[in-house]
Amino acid sequence: MESLQILERVKSKFGDRVLELSDKKPDPFVVLDPKAIVEVGRFMKEDPDLAMDCLSNESGVDYKDRIEVVYHLFSYPHRHGAVLKVKLPRENPAVETLEGVWKSANWMEREIFDLLGVNFEGHSDMRRILMPEDWIGHPLRKDFVEPAEYHGISTVRESPIIRLDTKKK
Amino acid sequence: MPLLNTLPDYVLTTKTDELLNWMRKSSIWYMLFGLACCAIELMHTGGPRADIDRFGATPRASARQSDLMIVAGTLTLKMALRTRLLYDQMPDPKYVISMGSCASCGGLFQLAYSVCDGVDKILPVDVYVPGCPPRPEALTEGLLKLQEKIMTERWLVRAPNGNGKQIEAA
Repeated sequence: MESLQILERVKSKFGDRVLELSDKKPDPFVVLDPKAIVEVGRFMKEDPDLAMDCLSNESGVDYKDRIEVVYHLFSYPHRHGAVLKVKLPRENPAVETLEGVWKSANWMEREIFDLLGVNFEGHSDMRRILMPEDWIGHPLRKDFVEPAEYHGISTVRESPIIRLDTKKK
Repeated sequence: MPLLNTLPDYVLTTKTDELLNWMRKSSIWYMLFGLACCAIELMHTGGPRADIDRFGATPRASARQSDLMIVAGTLTLKMALRTRLLYDQMPDPKYVISMGSCASCGGLFQLAYSVCDGVDKILPVDVYVPGCPPRPEALTEGLLKLQEKIMTERWLVRAPNGNGKQIEAA
């Protein structure tokens, strides 16, 4: 099944809870109501024609005015894929976890939490996964300011070469 | 020299310090410790082609048995604290080789939020080996440089204006 057909099917099933359908190449996507994500995910996994048995990637994007979480789904039986998105506010972004549908969401959601600060409600283990546990802030946010030192280790290097990054003081 | 020639051929003369240093430099045990891609070259250096073992340098699995720490790879801030802990566990006298651009100055990643720009911010470094990553020959050269440095140390006689390492050990 083509990606666009899959998404149209989702739209016909969920109606106005699908906020936006884009047919842009190469990856058409739908933007969902954040509250509907688990329901849509479960439908797409369990429906025999879609059978999305693999959450191949889950990622987050900071667009300065909003944060998006992007889900790349894939079906091994049918060899087709689809993309879902949810848009979240930048202040306290939160969305329900998909861990109950695809277990692989566990670490990917922890990574999004670590780097972008999205809180996944109902997640079994919402801790940082990459950065140290005592790290302050979420480094992939556009407004992240790098601390001048970490445990007494200065993060500024006095280099004779002109620095490319002038913000890092 | 004249003294040497007057003695029987089974007698050699040397200085005690030099004898000690010669023995120490011929058994530099390095910690089996790698952080990133430089660790692959470190493994090559220990392998049969470069064969760093012929200089007496052999990997040890524990920091407590090591004389040398080869910091091979990008040092992240998270790992920096652990690296410092490992260094503190090593018995004196101990040496550090900073292998590759990343360990020396942060290299390609020095502007990244998570990277410690150089291992010399947390440890005293004896030899810097440039390269990205350095070839096994380069690391071997670094080890030979370290051996030269070891040969200049004085342990039995406290130098009046010696550097900190000598005073501390004597």
